[in-house]
Amino acid sequence: MEAGRTLVMGQDEAVGGDRQSVDAPFGRALARLGQSHPDIVGLTADLGKYTDILPFRDAFPDRFFNVGMAEQNLVAVAAGLARTGKVPFATTYGVFATRRAYDFVAIALAHSNLNVKIVAGLPGLTTGYGGTHQAIEDLALMRMIPGLTIIDPCDATEIETATEAIAEHQGPVYMRLLRGSVPVVFEPGYRFEIGRARRLRSGSDIGIISTGFMTERALDAADALRKQGISAGVLHVPTIKPFDAEAVAEFAADVSHIVTAENHVVVGGLASLVVETLFDAGIAKKVTRIGLPDRYIECGAVPTLQAKYGLTTEAVIATIAALS
Amino acid sequence: MLRNSPPGIADISALERKATRLRRHMLTMARGQGQGYIGQGLGIADALAALYFHELRYDPHNLAWPDRDRLLLSTGHYSIALWAALAEAGIIPVEELVTYGADDGRLEMSTLDTTPGVEMIGGSLGHGLGQGVGQALGLRFDRSDARVFVELSDGEMQEGSTWEAAMSASHFKLDGLVALIDCNGIQADGPVVLDMEPVADKWRAFGWETSEIDGNDMTAIVGALAGARQRNGKPKAIVLRTLPGKGVPRIESSEKSHFFRIDVGQWDGIIAEFEKSAGAGQ
Repeated sequence: MEAGRTLVMGQDEAVGGDRQSVDAPFGRALARLGQSHPDIVGLTADLGKYTDILPFRDAFPDRFFNVGMAEQNLVAVAAGLARTGKVPFATTYGVFATRRAYDFVAIALAHSNLNVKIVAGLPGLTTGYGGTHQAIEDLALMRMIPGLTIIDPCDATEIETATEAIAEHQGPVYMRLLRGSVPVVFEPGYRFEIGRARRLRSGSDIGIISTGFMTERALDAADALRKQGISAGVLHVPTIKPFDAEAVAEFAADVSHIVTAENHVVVGGLASLVVETLFDAGIAKKVTRIGLPDRYIECGAVPTLQAKYGLTTEAVIATIAALS
Repeated sequence: MLRNSPPGIADISALERKATRLRRHMLTMARGQGQGYIGQGLGIADALAALYFHELRYDPHNLAWPDRDRLLLSTGHYSIALWAALAEAGIIPVEELVTYGADDGRLEMSTLDTTPGVEMIGGSLGHGLGQGVGQALGLRFDRSDARVFVELSDGEMQEGSTWEAAMSASHFKLDGLVALIDCNGIQADGPVVLDMEPVADKWRAFGWETSEIDGNDMTAIVGALAGARQRNGKPKAIVLRTLPGKGVPRIESSEKSHFFRIDVGQWDGIIAEFEKSAGAGQ
């Protein structure tokens, strides 16, 4: 029996294909923004090293606060700082920002519409540390909070431009973080805009609606499927809330079958939003959901787990090929 | 009109009369609803009178003044006392107090920060101190000498987040942060259900400069607040031992209760008791 390799903390879990990559796109973007935005402050709860925020700390040590392993306090302190006019970026893992600090995000931040940005590492299946560290249901949890903007970026370019966008946005934000070496998927010049979905490929047979790093897989799958004679479009929906229902309905109208793809459980996240949107728009089309099952995931190497649970390009191709 | 900058010599009897006025307002409010968190409100009245009419620096006509001192009422259900203080301070109209807890009113039974003068949403206990830490950090960063006062309760010390905040306040050396811990001995299920003693020792162990006083003794309150002005690298904790229902013997001596409902027929007696206890001319 051969032992599988388990990636250690801090490695490059987002890398899916053979693309170029950028190191720590979030932290570098935040450090750049810090120059022009003196009100931006950084916070973390003992996970600065693991959430790529150290470039900001090194550039602005007096604007960086590590509150220790205390995520409720992380959010409360960020709320207090926001009330004095600061723009706090607070980092931790998604599991802690949601499950542990939920009441603080809902009441201390969202209820008062405070200008705090939570940047959450290890989204979905990007760690082999099992259910304690895998934020597989964070989008579902957070989308129930009124007024919270929720972003699941795909690549380094999107993380950089989303960091800029949320710094300018007035109000609380929850953004998933891809850390370490993050691939560049989008063309140069791509700019993330809050609330806006992007049609990246047009297709007539299958419409893939994806978010987060699953958009990289969806694009590669669409290209491969085209060679097999299947025309698959791709709509990238990086903002989970506010949801671009109009773009989703418009995209869905053009295809015969919808496939959703998300690095998240298939309940409560993108798939649920798409189904709700189609139902509301009176569009009766079959929807196939690619994502994680409604259960806790075991420990293991990230590539092994992503393959096992269908979060790879190959799995997307296989799922779609089986539909026709 | 700037209030209390810097705090002068305290007129103890004037502050006691203010506290009596706050209590009178609260009884009017609770009578209007037939219920409310009157026990807690009457208990904290002396501390709020000392804060709003002696210690806090603020401008009732410019609530957004960046250099104002903040009072964060973490126990949102003490709103009855806060509304009374804000009315006496000229921040909300006294005539509005009758709308306490009323539908479509803004004087909620648990504070929302949409009401003028409210610095945070209270009510989800365990939030206040951490938000106070953040505000104190922000003010220090801005080189403001404004201070942050956080009122919290003995029951609230059972929330772990309170201690997360307490640790971080001393770590960050927030000497402009003052915690007022109202130890009135009651919580939702009745008399304190989980022993938090020794309270003052806990705060000292967490690095706070701590005093412990009779929270219904105006001289002691004013003295403790004066002692907490020192900028010596340490956050300050004042443990207030208060009597719930203070000022109305019938409520003071009743079974300690978190939430009071009082029959319509009893109010005249309660008010009479209060006025007798408060003495004439106040």
